[in-house]
Amino acid sequence: MPKPKVAFYWCASCGGCEETVVDLAEDILGVVEKVDIVLWPVAMDFKYKDVAAMPDKSIVATLLNGAIRTSEQEELAVLLRRKSQYLIAYGACAQLGGIPALANQFSREQILKFNYEDCPALVNEKKTRPQIHFEEAGRAPHLPEFRNVVRTLDQVVDVDFYIPGCPPTPKLTKAAFDALLGGKLPPKGSVLAPDIALCDECERKATKPTNVAFTEFKRPHQALADPTKCFLAQGMVCMGPATRSGCGAACTSGNMPCTGCFGPTSRVRDQGAKILSSLCANVEAKDEEGIRKTLAGIPDPVGTFYRYGLAKSILRRKVDLAMTGNGH
Amino acid sequence: MSAKKEELRIGFYVCHCGHNIAAMVDCAVVARYVETLPGVALSRDYKYMCSDPGQELIQQDIREHRLNRVVVASCSPLLHEHTFRGAVEAGGLNPFYFHMVNIREHDSWVHTDRGEATEKAKALARAAIQRVAHHKALEIKKVEIHPDVLVVGGGIAGIHAAMTLANAGKKVYLVEREPSIGGHMAKFDKTFPTLDCAACILTPKMSEVGSHPNITLWTYSEVTKVDGFVGNYTVQVKRKARYVNEDLCTGCQDCISHCVFKEPKFADDFNEGLGKRKPIFIPFPQATPQAVLIDPEVCLNFKRNKNPDGSPVVGDKCKKTCVEACGEKHAIDFTQKDTLQEVKVGSIIVCTGFKTYDAGRSPAYGYGNYKNVYTALEVERLVNASGPTGGEVILREGKNADGSPKTPKSIGIIHCVGSRDKKTNLWCSRVCCMYSMKLAHLLREHTGAEMYNFYIDMRTPGKGYEEFYNKLLEEGTHFIRGRVGEVTDWAMTPEEEGRLVIRVEDTLAGVVRRIPVDMVVLATGLEPQADAGEVRRLFNMSCGGDGWFLERHPKLAPVSTFTDGVFLAGCCQGPKDIPDTVAQAGAAAAEALVLIDKGYIEQEPNTAHILEDECSGCKSCIPLCPYTAILFDEGRKKAYINEALCKGCGTCVGSCPSASIVQNLFDDQEIFSEIEGVLAYD
Ligand SMILES: Cc1cc2nc3c(=O)[nH]c(=O)nc-3n(C[C@H](O)[C@H](O)[C@H](O)COP(=O)(O)OP(=O)(O)OC[C@H]3O[C@@H](n4cnc5c(N)ncnc54)[C@H](O)[C@@H]3O)c2cc1C
Ligand code: SF4
Ligand code: SF4
Repeated sequence: MPKPKVAFYWCASCGGCEETVVDLAEDILGVVEKVDIVLWPVAMDFKYKDVAAMPDKSIVATLLNGAIRTSEQEELAVLLRRKSQYLIAYGACAQLGGIPALANQFSREQILKFNYEDCPALVNEKKTRPQIHFEEAGRAPHLPEFRNVVRTLDQVVDVDFYIPGCPPTPKLTKAAFDALLGGKLPPKGSVLAPDIALCDECERKATKPTNVAFTEFKRPHQALADPTKCFLAQGMVCMGPATRSGCGAACTSGNMPCTGCFGPTSRVRDQGAKILSSLCANVEAKDEEGIRKTLAGIPDPVGTFYRYGLAKSILRRKVDLAMTGNGH
Repeated sequence: MSAKKEELRIGFYVCHCGHNIAAMVDCAVVARYVETLPGVALSRDYKYMCSDPGQELIQQDIREHRLNRVVVASCSPLLHEHTFRGAVEAGGLNPFYFHMVNIREHDSWVHTDRGEATEKAKALARAAIQRVAHHKALEIKKVEIHPDVLVVGGGIAGIHAAMTLANAGKKVYLVEREPSIGGHMAKFDKTFPTLDCAACILTPKMSEVGSHPNITLWTYSEVTKVDGFVGNYTVQVKRKARYVNEDLCTGCQDCISHCVFKEPKFADDFNEGLGKRKPIFIPFPQATPQAVLIDPEVCLNFKRNKNPDGSPVVGDKCKKTCVEACGEKHAIDFTQKDTLQEVKVGSIIVCTGFKTYDAGRSPAYGYGNYKNVYTALEVERLVNASGPTGGEVILREGKNADGSPKTPKSIGIIHCVGSRDKKTNLWCSRVCCMYSMKLAHLLREHTGAEMYNFYIDMRTPGKGYEEFYNKLLEEGTHFIRGRVGEVTDWAMTPEEEGRLVIRVEDTLAGVVRRIPVDMVVLATGLEPQADAGEVRRLFNMSCGGDGWFLERHPKLAPVSTFTDGVFLAGCCQGPKDIPDTVAQAGAAAAEALVLIDKGYIEQEPNTAHILEDECSGCKSCIPLCPYTAILFDEGRKKAYINEALCKGCGTCVGSCPSASIVQNLFDDQEIFSEIEGVLAYD
């Protein structure tokens, strides 16, 4: 019997997700043994046309990481969707937009202008910007188009499963493969991680007081965190209560508060809004001035509460940005 | 759930409400539109849905058309949700398979364009249709009511409420802060407008309370903690040390006459400081309970320092002639300590009354400065046969020619002191005009003095009150209309010499007058008790901007509060006379009886519950519940909601960062489908 075909692909991402696959360590061999990898640009050489030539649904599963920003990413997402039985959004960027989606606070023009004109570390006297088509030395290269906004994978194509995290942990990845190969898959649309918030597996949970009553907020670089006490009890924003568990409380056991990369539980529509309503309701001050003072400790609310989830949130993007197209 | 699989058959009804809705919304158009929506089996418009035939229509349709959901678009749910749920239930459906749309207050009454108002009604109807599909069958829970009642405050309100309940066979705990019950009324000689003797009508009631087998009377006590909810309150009461065992004391008062202090020496609160008492005393002869008490601040057997717990240190300096006098009864106990007692009750009636305005806050009237300026309460004691002077009206300052204490020849009573004034209190204290006339009558009766009443408006709206005013006019009392500017001893004529002069603009005569008198009485207004704020929080009540406790509805629920099972009576709710106070006390007792006799309360099932498996135990929700319904289970490390306490406010639901709290009738599916419904309409 031929081995099941599997593809890995990356879009707008940092490469961390690819690391995780490699981080499976010995387990990767177990996986490789059982499957036939038909596409993995970070590790092996394949051509798009090879994929295009494959029969539809011939790949059992594609693990796609990264958000969708360019026309090329969009095309590949559509292509891989067609070729795969299961399309799995792998990691925070594919699932929620991730860090790249923070760019949805700015227009395409603002981004291009900064990067090709205003950036202080840049020398570009002619203010040249990348072009979709251009001719040079008799060649006519073709570049992908930079879309208006960053989208999650499921805002572009139908997605079967999600593996959360920035990056996902090897443990969850292996469990996903086991489920996939063992045919023990949960209902379509599931996030392959526990559906309970991080506090559940956080060792500091017992130290959270019943009435946390925030008087100030500090960021991790502003104070030495007590390595045993609940971060919220220390006045540090921890996304744990609003974030799915399954990471093994990696950050909090490393003395860093949770930043929310596993995304919300299945019951939540907007992770940022949820943690906001919880934190703000627990601010001790009840007068405007006191509230303002306390909240001044969170200078970048979008970056704090929507660090990974902006594209997938109810906010999604700056209000005047069109969802599709390229701004022309 | 099987209801999920079964085909959706929604019945929709749009009500004309006579012209109220139909004039601005084209009901037939709305009905025809809704008919086209998925899941709708039947859609009608009808003149009065709340009428008997309207309700009958719903029931009949449920049976004949096998409806499994019902939506009515009509008035406010506050008005008729209950009605329609009842109709749905009578038709054989769970009453919560119903949803109501308000197209009257939210639509027809607030719009002027018929076309647009009709469009809005359609959009709202669509939202309801989408929502009701997700409704679940819910059950109304019954919670048992503890039959005992706590009455707080033993003025006439508390006395009457306690007696009413006790006579109906209910067990009552009556907690009074002072050493005796009676409240303000116990201080009065006579009461307007009938001039019946206050003691004659009050003291029999007081002793009945004291001896009633169904009443546990705790005087010199205060409520310190209230936990629980309607039907099941746990109340902690602090009983202050009297240093006299109430059960052993017979009220013979031998101890008082044998006290080492031969003469009473200490200011007597009950007599507004006009009389004196000894360290061991009884507040007034008819006090209930008939038990003396010791004031450790002045008793020689106590040292002047305190134990770490705040109790006074017992010394051994005094001969304790009181103990000797008490003899075999052994009622005196210098080692007594404050004790805390806990009781369980199902309902609470708050009757904490009022305090009078502090006359010192109106310095122009000279109270505290001129000795012969009195407050009305002081005069109540002065004219009282059992008061400090035995009912003789003698002035604090001045002597008659023969050297005897001076009796006034002319007296001025100033109305509205601390009432109806932006600088003090805005409200009318309601009883001052009447008691000022009562005092005018009594003072004249006692002294034969010339009486002057200074009023802004004469307010006599009670039964027999205007007649009382006429009687006073006939008696020859001078009524001068005008707010008094000042009371002064600065004489301008020989006639004014040595007297108090009242300066007033007589607004009827249009002149400024100076009226010399021997005595001035300030009709001080009624104010919320100094500790009303704490009492309010203790019993989870609200108060208005003026500080009086707030009734649930001024007309339709005048003795209820916003906390179920907590009722109000008497002046703690606002100034009023004794007849109104007693009427309220009776009403509050009746409300408590309704609860007790029903035996249980029904709870709106819009409560929240925590999904046990999903809760991460982050505790975010716990401090937010305004009804302290959320607790943390230390065993399972998860939060849980005491359903009996939950009022369905939804605060916790919004705040749970992992959305692990679900509220019945407001789950996400219901709310989002409603929003989508209203937005999908175009
Ligand atoms: C000068 C004057 C004359 C008046 N004359 C008349 C009249 O002739 N006819 C008439 O109809 N009305 C008269 N009134 C009005 C009358 O006093 C009130 O209508 C009546 O006293 C209201 O009764 P109550 O029980 O509500 O309050 P109160 O009489 O004030 O009784 C309240 C009781 O609650 C107790 N209490 C307070 N706080 C607590 C607490 N936290 N815990 C436990 N106990 C507490 C108090 O010690 C008090 O015993 C007069 C009022 C004044 C000021
Ligand atoms: S819904 Fe309101 S009353 Fe009920 S538990 Fe939550 S916060 Fe408390
Ligand atoms: S906020 Fe939610 S997760 Fe946190 S303790 Fe309450 S119910 Fe549990």
